[in-house]
Amino acid sequence: MQFDQLLQYAVSGLSTGAIYALIGIGFSIIYNATGIINFAQGEFVMLGGLFTLTFLDLLKLPVWAAVPCAVAASTLAGLVFERLAIRPLRQPTPINLVIITIGGSILIRGLAMLFWGKDTHSIPSFSGDDPIAIGGATILPQHLWILGITMVIVAANRFYFYHTISGKAMRACSYNPRAAGLVGIDVRRMVLFSFVISSAMGAVAGIIVAPLTMTAYDVGIMLGLKGFCAAIIGGMSSGIATVVGGLILGVLESLGAGLVSSGYKDAIAFIILLLLLFLRPQGLFGKRESERV
Amino acid sequence: MLRLKNINTSYGKVHALKNVSLHLEQGEIVTLIGANGAGKTTILNTISGVTPASSGDILFNKQPVQSLPPDRIVKLGISQVPEGRQVFKPLSVEDNLQMGAYLRYRSREARADIHKDMENVFALFPRLEERRSQLAGTMSGGEQQMLAIGRALMAKPKLLLLDEPSMGLAPLVVQEIFRVLDQLRRDNGTTILLVEQNAKAALKLADRGYVLETGKVILEGAAAELMENAEVKRAYLGKDKKEIWER
Repeated sequence: MQFDQLLQYAVSGLSTGAIYALIGIGFSIIYNATGIINFAQGEFVMLGGLFTLTFLDLLKLPVWAAVPCAVAASTLAGLVFERLAIRPLRQPTPINLVIITIGGSILIRGLAMLFWGKDTHSIPSFSGDDPIAIGGATILPQHLWILGITMVIVAANRFYFYHTISGKAMRACSYNPRAAGLVGIDVRRMVLFSFVISSAMGAVAGIIVAPLTMTAYDVGIMLGLKGFCAAIIGGMSSGIATVVGGLILGVLESLGAGLVSSGYKDAIAFIILLLLLFLRPQGLFGKRESERV
Repeated sequence: MLRLKNINTSYGKVHALKNVSLHLEQGEIVTLIGANGAGKTTILNTISGVTPASSGDILFNKQPVQSLPPDRIVKLGISQVPEGRQVFKPLSVEDNLQMGAYLRYRSREARADIHKDMENVFALFPRLEERRSQLAGTMSGGEQQMLAIGRALMAKPKLLLLDEPSMGLAPLVVQEIFRVLDQLRRDNGTTILLVEQNAKAALKLADRGYVLETGKVILEGAAAELMENAEVKRAYLGKDKKEIWER
């Protein structure tokens, strides 16, 4: 086993891991704002990729215009999903919500299959496919796009939640929705907004990964579950812990696939998920809660 | 200023408020006293829109408000300091106060005043200023109560609803909080509706009071009269109860 090879696995693991992190943060944002695990999260990842395809091929938009349009379209889908499926719920018990989000994901996937067909589609890379050599490993320009965009989004997220009134209000809603209502925060609007943010982030993840892995109507299932796994490792944090969770998952997957067998790639993620849920349900870095009252 | 007419509120099958009517005038401090489960908290939550009334009218400055959601009620000028303080524990003191002013960040003129209002809250509760960047959840109960009151004041309410502000606090802290309530009414003309278990302290501060029993108003009158009322004395000011203000 050579160092170059390990480096190669690590580099490609990090970029897949960044994708998982973005999807995972989407899970966490909705979970923190509402207590819902949105199992439809993966579908917005799929929609991001396929909308990009449509804007590129059908409308002949350049990449720089197609990507924002695709993010906007997927975000709109997230907004409609919240309004039609989540908000009307009279008694939002956890089990109802789980069933609704799973049902929603099946519906979105079905519609996508009707609209885009069952084929796998490819999207061109943002800036060519000439590999760049670093050390003994080579990376594609798209890998750099993925890592760069992920960093920007994570930083923007951090800024939003810790330094803007609206972001702090969303955190306030997640800590104590009743008190949030009593200070004048429209909690339902914040819930809607959490769906908007996380479907946008999911769409971005789906778009930046599509040039590497291709995309199809059913990519959301696996990517969604991997993102969920990243969020669990990160203890459902919408910050750095989930990013680290995603990166750990991506690298382990990539090393496992390279060193053992690529057949075990997905199994690795789910073994990690199950182990964590059994042994450390508060996440890898989480502390058990202790507060003064 | 505020008028409740024949309010009925239910939680599922529990009929928590039965034809409750009460009123507050500008600048008054009115207290609601009664045992646990008498419906005091429910009245505040019904006014705040948290548990909407099933029938009856609530008029605030002659405007019906009974079917508005909590955020609209706050916008009209009614803020509640909820039972058990309910501060945003993982947010700093300063952020908690900012959240209190959440609605005012929407308008440009109001935004300029927010900083000044925060200084005013710090003037009322100097201890909050010392701890402005500390996380709310790490403070003592008394400090959290001060923060909860400060947070409500940041919305610049015309009417302040307080639910058991003295619960679980040391006598000295309770004194400080009641002193601030008195000061608020004197200096800002804030109207206050105070729910208290500590009936004696509440009646001492208040102008008028209502006595509730199982969801009904059974007695109302000037605070001084209620304090002398034999029934109130027996039930709520019992001598075996050690009253904080007597120490």
